[in-house]
Amino acid sequence: MAKVKHESRWYPLESGESVLDGLLRQGVSVPNSCRAGACQSCLMKAVRGTVPEAARVGLKDTLVAQGYFLACTCRPPEGTELEVAGAEALRVPARITSLTLLSADVLRVRLVTDAPFEYRAGQYVSLVRADGLARSYSVASLPREGELELHVRLLPGGAMSGWLAADARPGDAVQLQGPVGSCFYVPGRPEQPLVLAGTGTGLAPLYGIVRDALEAGHSGPIWLFHGARVPEGLYLRDALRELAERHPQLHYRPCVLAGGSRDVAEGSLDVLIRTECPKPVGFRAYLCGDPQLVLSLRKKLFLSGLSLKDLHADSFLPSAPKAEVVTNSPAGVR
Amino acid sequence: MDTAAAMKSVYEQIGGEPAMAAAVEVFYRKVLTDDRISHFFEDVDMERQAAKQKAFLTMVTGGPSSYSGRDMRAGHAHLVKHGLNDMHFDAVAGHLKETLEELGVAAPLVARVLAIAESARADVLNR
Repeated sequence: MAKVKHESRWYPLESGESVLDGLLRQGVSVPNSCRAGACQSCLMKAVRGTVPEAARVGLKDTLVAQGYFLACTCRPPEGTELEVAGAEALRVPARITSLTLLSADVLRVRLVTDAPFEYRAGQYVSLVRADGLARSYSVASLPREGELELHVRLLPGGAMSGWLAADARPGDAVQLQGPVGSCFYVPGRPEQPLVLAGTGTGLAPLYGIVRDALEAGHSGPIWLFHGARVPEGLYLRDALRELAERHPQLHYRPCVLAGGSRDVAEGSLDVLIRTECPKPVGFRAYLCGDPQLVLSLRKKLFLSGLSLKDLHADSFLPSAPKAEVVTNSPAGVR
Repeated sequence: MDTAAAMKSVYEQIGGEPAMAAAVEVFYRKVLTDDRISHFFEDVDMERQAAKQKAFLTMVTGGPSSYSGRDMRAGHAHLVKHGLNDMHFDAVAGHLKETLEELGVAAPLVARVLAIAESARADVLNR
């Protein structure tokens, strides 16, 4: 049996159980969201004992050097004794400055941090409420803008989105952890064509990336595809259209599965991309949003000639329901 | 004297690591579009899958590789359970041949690579 010590108490783990599941099962509160090793909300610090290598995959070297690991992917072998602490030291206090509906189900949340918070446009952060509830959101703002901007999809029964929509007020204190992710613009090769594609709030990182690229002087064509089921699912249309008017190299292409119009294409996102960019050899791509769509677009773009090193993707994993509670409530999606 | 050691490896002759990086994309596209074998290569993590294939290409071209016959066995055991057989092995070998030919590798070198690949057949198919 492996066991974990947290705040001076030992907690036994069942065979093959993760540190996160074991602690939650025994009533310890640990912020968590995707439970798949991606969002890094469940970051913890090993104070004593050895953590399996798998629990450090994707962490920055600086975090690994300090003993941090992901509780959701940490399954210590039998006999391990591990002493752990939370990642409070990595969180930055922040305050909500505004909450604005961008569409019927997308809420723009702006925040300011009380300490410097460095990030790249397109990365994602964990938003941690005072009681420890954590969810992962992509950042839609640029670092120079001062305020951080998140696009929160409102989900029926969503714990964080429900709170943000109904109860949160400007001035409320929260914490931010991160940033995470490598889906961001890197200056260089300004003439390289870019294709950015996302569905739903997958637009958030792309909205940051496209403006970052333009401000960096990217001169090659930039294709921005935003997909939704119906026109009401699209948002920031006016802002993106204005951006495209100011920058002739930017081609903004909103797209819906049903209810298209003169300004909005109708059909599947991958067909529209193939029509507009039939031969994407040498392109650089950024794909964000629904995991199935990201996976399928990634494969299609690779097969049509895009190099793997030029494919940047960010799958929005749903937040997983708690292990000890059997629930039918829909999982939250970044 | 060992002939293999006396001769430069195919890996070195075709340009080492940068050549492998180019070859892996050509090879990966071929296996992903071949319905006979694509399901063995579908992976949520395309980078990881490409890294595995690069290790394979490095090994069969005689480059720096730490793959042993034992690793080959263990790494394919679960696929053999799912029906991996000679037909699939031949399909992969065919794509390997085409990839090298497309990259302009001379015929005698292609033959050497295919011979190394062939020597792994028993381990890959767990026989």
